Amino acid sequence: MGASLLPVLLVTGFWGVVGVVLPCYLPKGPNRGILQLILMLTAATCWLFWLCCYMAQMNPLIGPKLHNTTILLMAKAWGNAIST
Amino acid sequence: MGSLFRSEEMTLCQLFLQTEAAYACVSELGELGLVQFRDLNPDVNAFQRKFVNEVRRCDEMERKLRYLEKEIKKDGIPMLNTGENPEAPQPREMIDLEATFEKLENELREVNHNAEALKRNFLELTELKHILRKTQVFFDEVDQREMYQSAQMTDPSREEEHVTLLGEEGLRAGGQQSLKLGRKMETFCKHPLGTLQLPLHQEGGFHPTESMTRALITDDAIARQPGAGPVQLGFVAGVILRERIPSFERMLWRACRGNVFLRQTEIESALEDPSTGDKVLKSVFIIFFQGDQLKTRVKKICEGFRATLYPCPETPTDRREMAMGVMTRIEDLNTVLGQTQDHRHRVLVAAAKNVKNWFIKVRKIKAIYHTLNLFNLDVTQKCLIAECWVPLPEIESIQLALRRGTERSGSSVPPILNRMETFEAPPTYNRTNKFTVAFQALVDAYGVSSYREVNPTPYTIITFPFLFAVMFGDLGHGFLMFIFAAWMVWKEKPLAAKKTDNEIWNIFFGGRYIVLLMGCFSMYTGLIYNDAFSKSLNIFSSHWRVNYNVTTIQEVADLQLNPSTSDYIGSPYPFGIDPVWQLASNKIVYLNAFKMKISIIFGVLHMLFGVALSYSNHTYFKKPINIYCEFIPQIVFLTFLFFYMVLLMFLKWMIYGPTNPLPTSPACAPSILITFINMVLFKYNVLPLDGCETVFMFGGQAFLQKFLLLVAVICIPWMLLAKPIQIMKKQKKRHELLSNNHVIGENGGAEGVGHMVNANNISHSPPAKPEEEEEELGEMFIHQAIHTIEYVLGSVSHTASYLRLWALSLAHAQLSEVLWTMVLQTGLKSESSVGGVILWAVFAFWAVLTIGILVFMEGLSAFLHTLRLHWVEFQSKFYSGIGYSFTPFSFEIILATASGTGED
Repeated sequence: MGASLLPVLLVTGFWGVVGVVLPCYLPKGPNRGILQLILMLTAATCWLFWLCCYMAQMNPLIGPKLHNTTILLMAKAWGNAIST
Repeated sequence: MGSLFRSEEMTLCQLFLQTEAAYACVSELGELGLVQFRDLNPDVNAFQRKFVNEVRRCDEMERKLRYLEKEIKKDGIPMLNTGENPEAPQPREMIDLEATFEKLENELREVNHNAEALKRNFLELTELKHILRKTQVFFDEVDQREMYQSAQMTDPSREEEHVTLLGEEGLRAGGQQSLKLGRKMETFCKHPLGTLQLPLHQEGGFHPTESMTRALITDDAIARQPGAGPVQLGFVAGVILRERIPSFERMLWRACRGNVFLRQTEIESALEDPSTGDKVLKSVFIIFFQGDQLKTRVKKICEGFRATLYPCPETPTDRREMAMGVMTRIEDLNTVLGQTQDHRHRVLVAAAKNVKNWFIKVRKIKAIYHTLNLFNLDVTQKCLIAECWVPLPEIESIQLALRRGTERSGSSVPPILNRMETFEAPPTYNRTNKFTVAFQALVDAYGVSSYREVNPTPYTIITFPFLFAVMFGDLGHGFLMFIFAAWMVWKEKPLAAKKTDNEIWNIFFGGRYIVLLMGCFSMYTGLIYNDAFSKSLNIFSSHWRVNYNVTTIQEVADLQLNPSTSDYIGSPYPFGIDPVWQLASNKIVYLNAFKMKISIIFGVLHMLFGVALSYSNHTYFKKPINIYCEFIPQIVFLTFLFFYMVLLMFLKWMIYGPTNPLPTSPACAPSILITFINMVLFKYNVLPLDGCETVFMFGGQAFLQKFLLLVAVICIPWMLLAKPIQIMKKQKKRHELLSNNHVIGENGGAEGVGHMVNANNISHSPPAKPEEEEEELGEMFIHQAIHTIEYVLGSVSHTASYLRLWALSLAHAQLSEVLWTMVLQTGLKSESSVGGVILWAVFAFWAVLTIGILVFMEGLSAFLHTLRLHWVEFQSKFYSGIGYSFTPFSFEIILATASGTGED
């Protein structure tokens, strides 16, 4: 059980660009400092929020409890064929 | 540097201005708006200052302008607002302005006065016209009645004929009138005091109106000389307000004991009251009576009721002539009135073009003289001395403005700007722009930051919307909020130009950028929660699948998927919560565990961030002692206890898996909270769960926890005592040094024995000082104790306080789900074509509730909770907020507040 590499890399990469790369290429001006801070904080909070959600689901200790009608609907709508 | 991280560096300056140049210089500074003047004559009252006269003249001008504005508004003439900003005029131009306003005001007042007089005249004439017209009817009636009476004796059926003879006009005015009167008389008859009952019974066979009238008018006459013909009656005619008629009538009746006869008829068109300009309804009346005594009485009553009496000739020809005369006079008056109105309109239109401009000019002059009143006059009377707070980086531009001012005034001596040393705390000036100003306002609402203290605003710009979004996380609701704010930002300029008094709108508009960011972050957290109007999006397809066969599904109503089998794909849903949880009946249990953990994680990080910011304060103000004695123990305490708990959470997510063997199987996963409580209580003899080997997550956990707790506990006395003891030591050392110097200076290098003796002496000689120091020390101990207790207890309660993130998020999600199932679902379930109509109505209801309750009310509640988290939990870690804000002398601000209050 555990993480798959691709989503972790993608999301981390995205927020890494926002929080680390972008602040270096901001235009010079009186508000540069504030903009850098805004980008870095946004990236940090949003990435951590995603990470918590991802890690919380990495090793599920319980499974979802579903009603049988819900299961049948899920099977129909999400293409999850049920074995006979 | 114009950054928001710390307030601007300020300096106190002294300003010497040539008396002639002062006005122009202050005017330039007002345009610049970067200087805060201090009042140098606080003891002088407002009426004794140097430029009182000028201020008074400005007030007078402002009054005249307000009068002009009122008149312009009354006529509904649009005032031109070009948005231009004229410079403050030279003092000599003030006289011109005054003369202009004086002329305008006088002209207007004269025109108004004339118009009022004309209108009064007009009103009187109109009333007279009405009187003549209406009374004519009364008189006609009397004549007819005589005829009618004789006719009725012979043939009662001719009544109708008479009515037709009167013509339509007569029927309306006279006929109805008499009928009405008849009705009124009937009510009078029922009055127990009415003396009327007698004649009515006597002449019971007659038409009631008829008998009444006769009884009233000729009662006396008939009694005295029956059959002698009509008695000569006096009468007065006038006009009275319609609502006063009933009481007027009653009064007349009582005062004259029923011996007068009142006829009244309404004037159909409303007349204008010349003094107030309101439309009032009036009635014409005529009172018949007999004798002079009654006449004076009636006149007095009329006066009392403010009825206007008009002369009314007795003969019909005179009346006709008079009516003609009145008509021609009314026509003349009408033309004159029209001309007067035209003139007034022309004057006002001309004034309306300039009135806004004049307002700005006058307000600027007034502001300048108010500021000059704060200055001190130099002994030679040649120059004015001012003291002002100035942002250090702006000194150049201020000097430039001063030079411009000198040039404008033509003075040869340049103004002098001197920096001054002061021990006073300078004002706090945070340079904001339209984006940051709202966030700064949130922080300032708690307390204006102390001078040069770390400003929480830059961090608040992101943490505020983020923490809000953790509570408000819903893609749909976030989107609604986002588009509303985006519209406000998009239409910023036209909306800002439209000034309104609507406070709620102003609050929303002022905080449009906050709302915009809150909406954006709510959409993001909504995506992570996978929640849009309480429904999930299945973008990446669920990572849980159903492997039960058909028979199981048919037989068992509730099935739980097992994560240790192939029900779970093995890796989590890539972005956000798996959509399957939205459908699960144990969703709340699962989400609660997750949301509580993230609340604590973000809470602890937020607080740690706050403590870290205090480090920057300590280094900036060069207080290393605060770093060793406050910052380090604080951060150690928080890290070793609460951040350790956060680490345990991550550890638990990683170690315990569904397919793991025994020690790390799901059944053995310990509760983080219980672990933490046991750690603090030093309780290590806990039995492991069935089948599990231990309650610990990793080897050496017990030892580590004991160590962490021990260090954290040591931090408490460290925080409590280290700083006061250090300071005490330092003071003692300084004392010794001082006394040594003192001794050396006095005894010229005598040491050894003399030293000891003198040391004793010193402790006696200045008795006041050590006591004071002791007091200070005691105060410091108390202060430090309070600070420590606050911090230690605060860490616990504040950590718990962050659980509101979970609570509100849960409440929001549940409320939106309830709204969906209770409201919208009922509409979705109905199928036939009627169902469409039902759905339409139900959707409207759902949409209103969604916006009203979920977005507006819940948003407000989440906003307030976020505000609290920032003010209390975050800012208490580093922010003292005991400064006062910089209020520069700026025309922009003065004009904005003046026009704001002017429009109220």
